Amino acid sequence: MHRQSIKALGEGLRAKKFSSRELTQQYLQRIEALDPQLNSYISVTAEQALAQADAADTRLARGEGGPLTGIPLAQKDIFCTQGVKTSCGSKMLDNFVAPYDATIVGKLHADAGMVMLGKCNMDEFAMGSSNETSWYGPVKNPWDTTRVPGGSSGGSVAAVAAGLAPAATATDTGGSIRQPAALTNLTGIKPTYGRVSRYGMIAFASSLDQAGVVARSAEDAAYVLQAMSGFDPLDSTSIDRPVGDLVTGLGQSIKGLRIGLPREYFAEGLADAVRSRVMDAVKVLEAQGAVISEISLPNSPLSVPTYYVVAPAEASSNLARYDGVRYGHRAADAKNLEDLYKRSRAEGFGPEVQRRIMVGTYVLSHGYYDAYYLKAQKVRKLIYDDFRRAFESVDLVLGPTTTDVAFALGAKTDDPVSMYLNDIYTIAANLAGIPALSLSCGFVDGLPVGLQLMGNYFDEARLLNAAHQYQQATDWHMQAPKGFE
Amino acid sequence: MSLSIEQVRQVAQLARLALQPEQAERYAGQLSAILDMVDQLSQAQTDDVAPMAHPLDMHQRLRPDAVAETDRREAFQAIAPAVENGLYLVPKVIE
Amino acid sequence: MDRQEWEAVIGLEVHCQLLTKSKIFSGAATAYGAAPNTQADAVTLGLPGVLPVLNGTALEMAVKFGLAVDAQIAERCVFARKHYFYPDLPKGYQISQYELPIVYQGHLDIELSNGKDAEPTVKRIGITRAHMEEDAGKSLHEGFVGITGIDLNRAGTPLIEIVSEPDIRSAAEAVAYLKKLHQLVVYLGICDGNMQEGSFRCDANVSVRRKGETKFGTRTETKNVNSFRFVEKAIEYEIERQIDVIESGGRIVQETRLFNPDTGETRAMRTKEDANDYRYFPDPDLLPVVVTTDDRERIRATMPELPEAKKQRFTTQYGLSKYDATVLTGEAALADYYESVVKLSGADAKLCANWVSGDLLGALNKLGRDIGDSPVTAPMLAGMVARIADKTISGKIAKDVFEAMLGGEAQGDDAADAIIKAKGLVQITDEGPVLAAIDEVMAKNPQQLADYRGGKDKLFGFFVGQVMRATQGKANPDLVNKLLKDKLAP
Repeated sequence: MHRQSIKALGEGLRAKKFSSRELTQQYLQRIEALDPQLNSYISVTAEQALAQADAADTRLARGEGGPLTGIPLAQKDIFCTQGVKTSCGSKMLDNFVAPYDATIVGKLHADAGMVMLGKCNMDEFAMGSSNETSWYGPVKNPWDTTRVPGGSSGGSVAAVAAGLAPAATATDTGGSIRQPAALTNLTGIKPTYGRVSRYGMIAFASSLDQAGVVARSAEDAAYVLQAMSGFDPLDSTSIDRPVGDLVTGLGQSIKGLRIGLPREYFAEGLADAVRSRVMDAVKVLEAQGAVISEISLPNSPLSVPTYYVVAPAEASSNLARYDGVRYGHRAADAKNLEDLYKRSRAEGFGPEVQRRIMVGTYVLSHGYYDAYYLKAQKVRKLIYDDFRRAFESVDLVLGPTTTDVAFALGAKTDDPVSMYLNDIYTIAANLAGIPALSLSCGFVDGLPVGLQLMGNYFDEARLLNAAHQYQQATDWHMQAPKGFE
Repeated sequence: MSLSIEQVRQVAQLARLALQPEQAERYAGQLSAILDMVDQLSQAQTDDVAPMAHPLDMHQRLRPDAVAETDRREAFQAIAPAVENGLYLVPKVIE
Repeated sequence: MDRQEWEAVIGLEVHCQLLTKSKIFSGAATAYGAAPNTQADAVTLGLPGVLPVLNGTALEMAVKFGLAVDAQIAERCVFARKHYFYPDLPKGYQISQYELPIVYQGHLDIELSNGKDAEPTVKRIGITRAHMEEDAGKSLHEGFVGITGIDLNRAGTPLIEIVSEPDIRSAAEAVAYLKKLHQLVVYLGICDGNMQEGSFRCDANVSVRRKGETKFGTRTETKNVNSFRFVEKAIEYEIERQIDVIESGGRIVQETRLFNPDTGETRAMRTKEDANDYRYFPDPDLLPVVVTTDDRERIRATMPELPEAKKQRFTTQYGLSKYDATVLTGEAALADYYESVVKLSGADAKLCANWVSGDLLGALNKLGRDIGDSPVTAPMLAGMVARIADKTISGKIAKDVFEAMLGGEAQGDDAADAIIKAKGLVQITDEGPVLAAIDEVMAKNPQQLADYRGGKDKLFGFFVGQVMRATQGKANPDLVNKLLKDKLAP
């Protein structure tokens, strides 16, 4: 059952071929048996999962519920779940049992009736591209357990790729959905900024953070994203605009779809093998009727430096609330208030989080604001304008998701800047706020390669449809890692 | 742009992070490398560019002025490190 | 030392709590006096993942204030985060406004007394800006040793911070400005003005310079001076202190000081070297706030009549003196009270003004009550004034009726009539009983009668008094006068 699509699982449940309890139990057993190799879950909520499964079975027995009722799902441990530890991958929140549910948790579980299997491992406060900054230890890539799964949503992708969940929620501030999806042969979508509520999603960089989903196919992703999306009055940045029907939108032909290949995304730094898999995928899409052209996003090279001003600045502010007073880690035997703050924070945050807090504090501090923060906001506008211009002539922008396949655990942990360059192709979409998706387009030496599609504002349906059409013509996404089939 | 150890200490103080002496040195090197990378921004021509704070071209939505929350002190303080008589406790604040 | 050589330069920052039901960015209640932290919801506590949404009424109130001080209302304003670590500030930053406040470039005219009989001088105080922000919680030191308790109920209460230009030159001007501002925000219904509860708080920036000097001296900021009297004392103290320091060869240090109401002195607060690096940047959880011309005009249409306009109207519509109009428009509730007495009684507006500003305010002052909880309501007073107007009672009897109403001898809108009836205080306007009384008085006082008729005109008053006494004060004084004149004539 764990290799079936979400659509098939839903049909099976409604046809009473199996119950949600049976399905949930199977996943729980797989997690128990296989996750020790991966470390993809921080918490497994077996008892609650079975209770939710029973509730779903009751709903299904009455002929109620929707397409997702009774289907298991893993939550990234960045989303607050009432009564369940919500750690955000940090020692700071190791003792934090959230007293409320994130909006998307309510939408997916209470409303859609999905079953929460547990909370997935992640880079600490979503800061990382390899899942090695987690307080709970690194996550291993199921395709090669000596390699990283990407980050920050490393636990979510490892769990789904290994069949320890049909799909998982994830978040993306600079590529944290797309980069790990690419490295694990999954489809991951970061919708338009504001499409999915941020209420209850622990903030990293507020103007960039966006929740989405990782799944084995565009179709699976469409089902879950449909249930997560929509207006939330508790989030001032939530868009009050109809989501549209992402699932039924999947059947469209892509004949005439205008796809632009930005030359900056194929320049120096891209591994040849990755380039060749991406170009193979372009040929497939062209064969399906897409119209391919080369475009330019001239300010792309500035996206990483822009991001590493904006994101740390916002993060340094968002993480100021962790002070050991109202919740979270508190240093023992503080001599005075200052000591309480400084030690609680130094003990609670890992080195990468501390680095980013310091960078952010520095760029916002007196005398540096204009040179760094204001300048970065202006360059952000240039990057946004690049996309505005591009979408005047193309419908989608296509490129690689990452420069290379998954790297070895520990390879980049001592060099923050080379780690940051992992997100070179994914960051621009966050800066502009546009939707973007990564899907698998083949393998290099047995390791997955990701293809990125970026769309215009609110164009999630078009993105998912293009990915789905590609997946109709290819079967990369159907492959499972050895030992986790 | 390179940061001195003293600057790292000042930033850590502003951010309320206790630093061990050997950490300050390591952070000085790493933060300098990050700021060097960030310095590419200075090449960009941005004279007439309006800063972009936010990806959405929207304005602030307003909430009706109504009390929508009930007292949940017990639940909120169940996860607090130190409380007494409903108050959060901290070492004495001296003004 | 010659104090006359020196001039003080003062700017005030007033924090005014807006009178909303819920907080500026969440649905938690703002009521004063609740048990600690029972009004601290997830947003107030800054729990991980929570987000702010702006209270529309708080925005309207800020706009109302701006319109009332003739200021510019920003079509687009922005919330910014102001960072510092303090236990009563749950998120490690305060959501405030920095570069683009909602209100800017306004002014308030204050009147400076030139003695009882002279026209006051009007001085215009510039208002640089007023911005919206959230209040912080409270640190409680009592009851613990070496520990501070934090109550976050107040955190997130909407505030406007009103920043004046450094146009104020004395403690007296500062108090006049503050009182005027206080009257205005209470009039507007945007603040309850309760200084004891901290709804209206003042920080004073004070510097001194030698007269004729155009540059400002180094200023100090004295925090949270929470009564008009303390503001006056704190500023006076600070001016004296600064002059003393400079004249004895010292320098003023830019610092934050705290006023001690017990000693009347200010002292420097403990400050951190990094305290002023607030690292402001636009709050990415909130979008720019847009107030269109339509929004602004819609809000303007809901504004109450402001004190100055009301004062003008009271002089023209009711023919009141400037003094009476000022007294009666001091508070909106008092002005409303007065106007309903005029309307309900149908009596002369000046007569009503005398009763409201004289007997009523005097009595309330003695009782220590506000107009809002006066034991004599406007309809009750109107009922009584109407009886003076229609001559049912005399002004003198009215004093007794008023005292009886004040003492609670009768309730309800027709209390005056009930008291008049119960005590038999109706004025005697028939000639018969008055003539009988006159006859009686004349018979009892033959010597005085003879003296009067012999030319001692002054004795007329004696006879009036005797007749009034004989009728227990109920005889219509005009009638007594008229009949006495006839009867006493030789």
